[in-house]
Amino acid sequence: MSFSPDIQAFCCHYTSQQSCSQDGGGLLEDGFPSTVTINRLPCSGKLQVSALLAALENGADGVYVVGCPKDTCHNVLGSQRAAKKVLAVKKALVELGVEPERIEMFHLQRGLHPEFITAAQTMDKTIRTLGPSPFKGESK
Amino acid sequence: MIIANRKPVAEIVAMVKDFSRVLVLGCRGCVSVCSAGGEREVELLASLLRLGCQKEGKKLNTITATLVRQCDKEYIDTLDDWDGQYDAIVSMACGVGVNFIANLRPMTRIYPGVNTTCMGGSMEQGQWIEQCAGCGDCVLHLTAGLCPVARCAKSLMNGPCGGSVGGRCEIHTNTPCIWQSIHDRLDRLGRKNELSDIAPIRDWRTSGHGGPRTTLRDDLTI
Ligand code: SF4
Ligand code: SF4
Repeated sequence: MSFSPDIQAFCCHYTSQQSCSQDGGGLLEDGFPSTVTINRLPCSGKLQVSALLAALENGADGVYVVGCPKDTCHNVLGSQRAAKKVLAVKKALVELGVEPERIEMFHLQRGLHPEFITAAQTMDKTIRTLGPSPFKGESK
Repeated sequence: MIIANRKPVAEIVAMVKDFSRVLVLGCRGCVSVCSAGGEREVELLASLLRLGCQKEGKKLNTITATLVRQCDKEYIDTLDDWDGQYDAIVSMACGVGVNFIANLRPMTRIYPGVNTTCMGGSMEQGQWIEQCAGCGDCVLHLTAGLCPVARCAKSLMNGPCGGSVGGRCEIHTNTPCIWQSIHDRLDRLGRKNELSDIAPIRDWRTSGHGGPRTTLRDDLTI
């Protein structure tokens, strides 16, 4: 059975503004995987660990965060804070015996650029290799 | 304040795996300041427990709540608000909170969500270090305000053991030798001569041997 993952991307408005402003249409033509849903944020630093966990609870097979490069974050430390939160979820996943690669942080330049698409493709590939989220087991 | 750390999630999942409804109960006291068991941590733990059970193919329903304190009878009484809605409580308060619920709710299943470690202070954001061991017979007036009971690896009372190197403790080399610090501080304060006084043999009975220590304030009891 072919597996089409559900991947939730949390993207800082500044990093992804041009990508998002195209309504995703142009993105798909450029190779952005249709398995990735973009959730736009005012700043990646605004993310709470609970929101990342909620994405997994709601059935995401993978989650990733895109924020500004570490030293040029539009909101100074926002993307570094986000990276810490991604790390916290990675640790929690390890504690639960789940692959930490199901969540990643990417630090990318602002605007429309190939790396934004590459990041999504990387996640798509990783999650396809890992298979469906173990949190989706049927309730007994 | 009291310092605590969340227990490994798998440990807590194992405690609650046979229940379908769990109340995850935080405390707004010390554990919220040291980011172990306040409102935010309660939400996170609830989510992690649900995920942990989901992974085992079980469904866990959680209620989350945070009491003002779990070490006061009055606040424990508010537990009644959730009567009949849960099968077990995971308390994220320090051990005192867990004990209090066990004391006051004989039929309630109560499990600890954190490991309570020590009484400490916040050195910088995200780092807490033990400062006092609650020995019940404070000597800080003799030691320039720095505690050898809690902060000397050997709880020595009459100066350093002789093992410190470069002002660091020989047991944990990243920790200052507290006796070196006491010496330096007394020196700065012009009180170095006090170091030649021999501390009397300590009476350790105040430090917890022989059951729970009790404080009774006649002026406050009714
Ligand atoms: S001497 Fe005892 S009461 Fe005083 S700070 Fe040290 S452990 Fe605490
Ligand atoms: S080096 Fe200092 S702090 Fe460490 S055990 Fe010896 S006296 Fe105590």
